[in-house]
Amino acid sequence: MTLVDPRRDPAAAAPVPNGFGPMLRKEDGRFVRGRGRFVDDIDLPGMLHGAVLRSPYAHARIVSIDTGGALAHPKVRAVITGADLERRGMAWLPTLSHDVAAVLATDKVRYQGQEIAFVVAEDRYSARDALALIDVEYEPLAPVVDARRALDPDAPLVRDEVPGRADNHVFDWEAGDAAATDAAFAAAEHVSTCDLLYPRVHPAPLETCGIVAALDPVTDRLVVHCTTQAPHAHRTLYATLTGIPEHRIRIVAPDIGGGFGNKVALYPGYLCAVYAATITGAPVKWTEDRSENLMSTSFARDYHMHGEIAATKDGRITGLRVRVLADHGAFNGTSQPSKFPAGFFHIFTGSYAIQAAHCRVTGVYTNKAPGGVAYACSFRITEASYLVERMVDVLAFDLGLDPAQVRRKNLLRPEQFPYRCATGWVYDSGDYPRALEQALEMAEYAELRAEQAQRRAEYERTGEGALLGIGLSTFTEAVGAGPKKQMDIGGLGMADAAELSVHPDGTAELRLSCMSQGQGHETTFAQIIAHELGISPYAVNVVQGDTDRTPFGLGTYGSRSTPVSGAAAATAARRVRERAKLVAAAMLEISPADLEWEAGRWQVRGDPAAGASLAEIARAAHGSLELPDDLEGQLSGRCVYNPPNLTFPFGAYVCVVEVDPGTGQVRVRRFVAVDDCGVRINPTVVEGQIHGGLADGIGMALMEVLAFDTDGNHLGASFMDYLLPTALECPSWELGQTVTPSPHHPLGAKGIGESATVGSPAAVVNAVLDAIGVRHADMPLTPAQVWSAMRGRPLRTDLAVR
Amino acid sequence: MEITVTVNGRTRTRDVEPRLLLVHLLRDELRLTGTHWGCDTSNCGACAVWLDGVPVKSCTVLAVMADGHEIRTVEGLEGPHGLDQIQISFVQCHGLQCGFCTPGMLMTARWLLDRVPDPTDEQIREAISGQTCRCTGYENIVRAIRHAAAAERDAAERGAR
Repeated sequence: MTLVDPRRDPAAAAPVPNGFGPMLRKEDGRFVRGRGRFVDDIDLPGMLHGAVLRSPYAHARIVSIDTGGALAHPKVRAVITGADLERRGMAWLPTLSHDVAAVLATDKVRYQGQEIAFVVAEDRYSARDALALIDVEYEPLAPVVDARRALDPDAPLVRDEVPGRADNHVFDWEAGDAAATDAAFAAAEHVSTCDLLYPRVHPAPLETCGIVAALDPVTDRLVVHCTTQAPHAHRTLYATLTGIPEHRIRIVAPDIGGGFGNKVALYPGYLCAVYAATITGAPVKWTEDRSENLMSTSFARDYHMHGEIAATKDGRITGLRVRVLADHGAFNGTSQPSKFPAGFFHIFTGSYAIQAAHCRVTGVYTNKAPGGVAYACSFRITEASYLVERMVDVLAFDLGLDPAQVRRKNLLRPEQFPYRCATGWVYDSGDYPRALEQALEMAEYAELRAEQAQRRAEYERTGEGALLGIGLSTFTEAVGAGPKKQMDIGGLGMADAAELSVHPDGTAELRLSCMSQGQGHETTFAQIIAHELGISPYAVNVVQGDTDRTPFGLGTYGSRSTPVSGAAAATAARRVRERAKLVAAAMLEISPADLEWEAGRWQVRGDPAAGASLAEIARAAHGSLELPDDLEGQLSGRCVYNPPNLTFPFGAYVCVVEVDPGTGQVRVRRFVAVDDCGVRINPTVVEGQIHGGLADGIGMALMEVLAFDTDGNHLGASFMDYLLPTALECPSWELGQTVTPSPHHPLGAKGIGESATVGSPAAVVNAVLDAIGVRHADMPLTPAQVWSAMRGRPLRTDLAVR
Repeated sequence: MEITVTVNGRTRTRDVEPRLLLVHLLRDELRLTGTHWGCDTSNCGACAVWLDGVPVKSCTVLAVMADGHEIRTVEGLEGPHGLDQIQISFVQCHGLQCGFCTPGMLMTARWLLDRVPDPTDEQIREAISGQTCRCTGYENIVRAIRHAAAAERDAAERGAR
């Protein structure tokens, strides 16, 4: 064992469990040195730089494009327009949602920021300079900005390139039993209704999207370094779009500076860079800037919801009905399971035993960027969770009941699992009341209510002082898609693979189809192998992100790495262990049946001194030991894991806010989060994932929105306008946990990456509205919105204030 | 125009366009890619470096403004005896996830601790409030800075004894 210098490798010098438990991250050493390798850090010999010309209009016909000025620039090597791509059949790309999207606009532009031309130049600055030398003549058209007007008979037509299309309707989709739900509402003692907007927001990872595309002249292969959460799916898409067969494409995702769903889709800039590399013969880098990221890449949400909740007078929920208008932008470009046009929104009954439920979702085109499924949304469960958690509070408000009491009365009980909900999901496991009670206890709920009453009385007496609000959210997530029979993306079933090889010295290499964007796979997946094989996580090298070196799989989004790839890794390790048993039996000249596994070695039952360690077995497996005829040499295993069901993590959150009634300013005083994601592989990493999601909740509830003015101008196109929470807006998070293992996952684990992003916005909104005593106002609850809501005039937050 | 900049103690001379941003000088010309670029508008702080000992957002500093001045980047934190305490503490407290904001956070945190050896949580949060992290919710960044402060105070006390 070499001595580790804690000043050079603090992670390796810290205690390392041979399996699950807190462990410092193996990847951190390079990041704290500034030696991560992100796409924009890559500099290839002779590399050219791309820049995208974008539309200033939300909706305009393109009369002409003159690229002469740009081509005359001494450092420009190529200018690509939609017409160039059209000749190659690449001007439009099929989306993952049964639609097509423009790569470079040919006929008209359909949203502000849409791609029109791609300049390739010798350096970054020259490429940008040349954009100003392209002359585009536009004929502006009236835009569709307000989704609620998109289906009006006189609404401008966004997709008039489709023959016969007469409106902006994309799809209608429903789930649940409409008749049974109608009957439940007809028989209800009480019905509350509410219109809720989950505004358009953006995942805004700190690293924007980018690519370096190169054709290898020796091997004649396309090598793409790209910020992709799904390298293998991207390879298949590039093959489809370019006609280059998959074996001649290599996708490499190096370190990724945050993804949150933003880096699942394939963007026009990527394809332009690939095309530019083919016509120039040089590597081409394209890195979008922040405005481009916010204006044109996958946004999230934009759900206009009308909720109805039926209940008894004492607050037992008997039915839930929701009508959704979904703004999908100019192209239906959601990256989600193809049979689910509204993602997994139909899990909107949440954590409650609701017998009758029905949802109907209508998608519409508008003159805004495409996308919709991003920002740690678990395929629209964020919207579903917000809907039900808000409706429960509206119900409590209308009936004059305590929101905690209403939740207690309706939460699923542990003995009801596995539970088939009204819309067909089968929840695997849970103990919801325990999580809620733990959260209320940590928050000291009764004391908070007393303080709230005292502060309100004080305010009403003096007109001074902050108001206190307490918001709850008891959410259920569903993560780890497939099963692949029901769930595919672009026709690719949502299974993932893992390959494990044990080297002759007993160390191992694990190759994964998923791809970390900060989640710490190099550590946690090594821990999974360590747990299964009884070796140190430092004896496991985790390989991900390179299609030449990893097995096929769908990648990392929707909190699916641990549920799917984690299960694949554990299963592959168990196969290795079983093979090691046969090798050990041959080594020890004993029947495999007489061996037992004990922390990293197979030993003879009843004679533990007789046995062989994994390293010894590995050496023998690679050596000259005679093995039974049906046993291959070496020591490896693989698994393609097709999950039998999703995993259903859950939690109970309590948010405590103070609101200045004079200014509408909100301060989040406390946030208590009790999460249950089953077995925790690395509790430190799990907590980190939760922390990040809770900050997202503060951001979405209080600050973040992509609004548009009546001309379709994007009003959130920089970090000066699109506000992200900083350390000052975030409280110190108070975490608790319960552990209810998933019965069907090999490790009992459930996904955790998005739980807090899904669960927290409702808690913050519920807290603010609880403070000001307002039934409902839409996110983000900016000071202006809170102030207006207190005066009975909440704003429409997705449109410019007029 | 020709500029000479001392970066992490090393003098570098380059002929640059007057409009070249410091972040691009560091990343593209000097190949010090630890300094990241995130927003263009001084909001996110991924590009924070020291200019004459003071953190600046290098996406809104021209390279020519650094002519004759000293720059310190994340690559200049590690010394001959190993990592700086702030780097160690970020590892020990899980103060990073994707690692993209980390270099900027480290530079600001190091600057804070050089001036305020025992900062309160409020001081820490204010010091990093010009920087955005999308992964950590700031909790473990604050904890890491507190951890580094305590470790350095302990070391100073041991040195004094």
